[in-house]
Amino acid sequence: MAERILAGTHFLNGDEACAEGALAAGCDLFAGYPITPQSEIAERISRRLPQVGGVFIQMEDEISSIAATLGGAWGGKKAMTATSGPGFSLMMENLGLGMMTETPCVLINIQRGGPSTGLPTLVAQGDMMQARWGSHGDYGVVALVPSSPQEAFELTVRAFNLSEMLRMPILVMADEVVGHMFERVVIDPESIEIVERKAPNKPPGEFLLYEPGEDLVPQGMPALGDGYRVHVTGLTHDERGYPVLNEETQGKLIPRLRNKITHNIEAIVDVEETEIDDAEIVIVTYGISARSSLGALRLAREKGLKVGMLRLRTVWPFPADVLQEKADRVAGFVVPELNLGQIVLEVERAVCGRAAVKSVPHAGGEIHDPGTILAAIEEVFAHAH
Amino acid sequence: MLTKAKPAPAGEVLENVSHPMERFLRADRLPHIWCSGCGLGTVLSCFTYALDDLGLTDADVGVVSGIGCTGRAAGYLNLDSYHTTHGRAIPFATGLAVARPDKKVVVISGDGDLFAIGGNHFIHAARRNVDMTVICVNNFNYGMTGGQVGPTTPIGSRATTAPYGNYENPFNLPYLAASSGAVYVARWTSLHARRLKEAMIEAITMPGFTFVEAVCPCPTNYGRRNRLGEGLDELKYYAEKSVIKHGADPADADLLPGNDVLVGRFIQKERPTFLQAYEHQILDKQHFVKPQAMQNQNHVRLSGATATDGKAAS
Repeated sequence: MAERILAGTHFLNGDEACAEGALAAGCDLFAGYPITPQSEIAERISRRLPQVGGVFIQMEDEISSIAATLGGAWGGKKAMTATSGPGFSLMMENLGLGMMTETPCVLINIQRGGPSTGLPTLVAQGDMMQARWGSHGDYGVVALVPSSPQEAFELTVRAFNLSEMLRMPILVMADEVVGHMFERVVIDPESIEIVERKAPNKPPGEFLLYEPGEDLVPQGMPALGDGYRVHVTGLTHDERGYPVLNEETQGKLIPRLRNKITHNIEAIVDVEETEIDDAEIVIVTYGISARSSLGALRLAREKGLKVGMLRLRTVWPFPADVLQEKADRVAGFVVPELNLGQIVLEVERAVCGRAAVKSVPHAGGEIHDPGTILAAIEEVFAHAH
Repeated sequence: MLTKAKPAPAGEVLENVSHPMERFLRADRLPHIWCSGCGLGTVLSCFTYALDDLGLTDADVGVVSGIGCTGRAAGYLNLDSYHTTHGRAIPFATGLAVARPDKKVVVISGDGDLFAIGGNHFIHAARRNVDMTVICVNNFNYGMTGGQVGPTTPIGSRATTAPYGNYENPFNLPYLAASSGAVYVARWTSLHARRLKEAMIEAITMPGFTFVEAVCPCPTNYGRRNRLGEGLDELKYYAEKSVIKHGADPADADLLPGNDVLVGRFIQKERPTFLQAYEHQILDKQHFVKPQAMQNQNHVRLSGATATDGKAAS
């Protein structure tokens, strides 16, 4: 029998690395539907899960894929689904059910060009705001964004851990280039930390399914048949899990779905800083765009321009504090992303006019030419001096 | 606990009376939201009696519902119960059943939920033969939202979105279930309480995707708009029109206004479940180790089972 954690050094693409990350984190159930450029995740995990005692199930669509993932989680499993483009749109309904019922699971989106069928085989980062706001109603979101196959592995593990810690679906918002690029992936079992599902803190009869702890997260999750007789509903519910359809219950539950993230934000936010200390211009970016940006940073430094980079490995919750702290010290921020300007809106809100903010939009289909990002950097410098 | 009560005079509230199957009900959630004359209470009651006869406890069975009047069933059962989104009860239950093959998973939902918005999930779960029982309460319309036309509304019947009468052909649910691969297919009405309970017992006992249609009155919406009278009048109609025919061809089970209502156990034919096929065709052949839960597959305690011997219905 093959190992669950594939220790060693491998040559994997980002999709395959996501699948291995899921296995390493303890994923026992994958429900998915084929779609480019995600399919390699499903293909890899359909080969691997049977080897380690798990179940792969190819569902009839993306709606059922995420529904089965939620069902698997309530059956006591660590469960995952993955998709791209239109499939992500189809998953929005039951992503909301997962948020409302506080179901730990992982949803990976290997982003491609949209809207609609768009660019099935080509890259974009156009779903970043959909990740935040895609399902109806208010809720909080955690979205991790890898820039390499190595990070695809690591952040998938982290997504599972955060899903257990925060009792909610966690998004991994990768993109087609990271999904399809092959690179070295080092898997060291010693360095992998696994968070297991919390058992209920009280016996049946005393346990309340949605009673939050001090961290605002429900305290433990029984599986089907554990004797807790849980009631799990997408309706607005009280701490017992019973539907109570009024303003008071809504006013208690819904803010907590957001506050449990802001309350634990320090344990969630993960930003990599590159050459920040003396930087006058800071590139704020994520995913594959960070790799084009690193090229631009090098070109700028060669020209003597003091440029640094903040790479957001967690885009949601947006690390506004990290930017605010730098806003008074720098001339401006440059925000390259493979969309027409989505996360730049968050940067503008965080910076709040205290420094220049320049979007470097790109509709997708290719990644940024570092020269384009450099030109934007030079433009901001020109205005600043 | 008193279990028997004489009928109360109109307006009198009965005290200290509890349902004999109260242990399966969340008494703190009662009274339920269902209308007087609706068949849902009967179906839920039949289900609890079926669990009792099977000797199942709250540790053995989970119930999944979608949205609608029947969707509220999960919330009244004192079991692990999951009230999902509209149409998605079956795929949610698929994940649950695959994760816990040692438990019984039952979907209780309505005709609109299971066969309009959820129709694709139904046929695929049946095709895969995922080990679950689906109980469909068919009341021929969307009751919760006020009586709109649905995928089982008979031709000519009126609904709020079919004000001149429905002109779309409805699904014949047993035929759809059978042709999609369900291993057990039965139809009864809420009049046939004992038969319905027995069908539930057979369906829950049999491994694989099993289907029970419970035809029910909806006097508030469907009945009123189609001049069918009170709920009791609809039950009288079932009494007059029902024809019990075990082993009948589900293709002949169309429900047409004024025609006979064909009821009975139509299909009972075992084939490997999703996980049995996975186990035999993948795990055994590849010499992979079976997951822990699968080693207990289909060993749910069925102490009081009166049910199926697994042979085809005659």
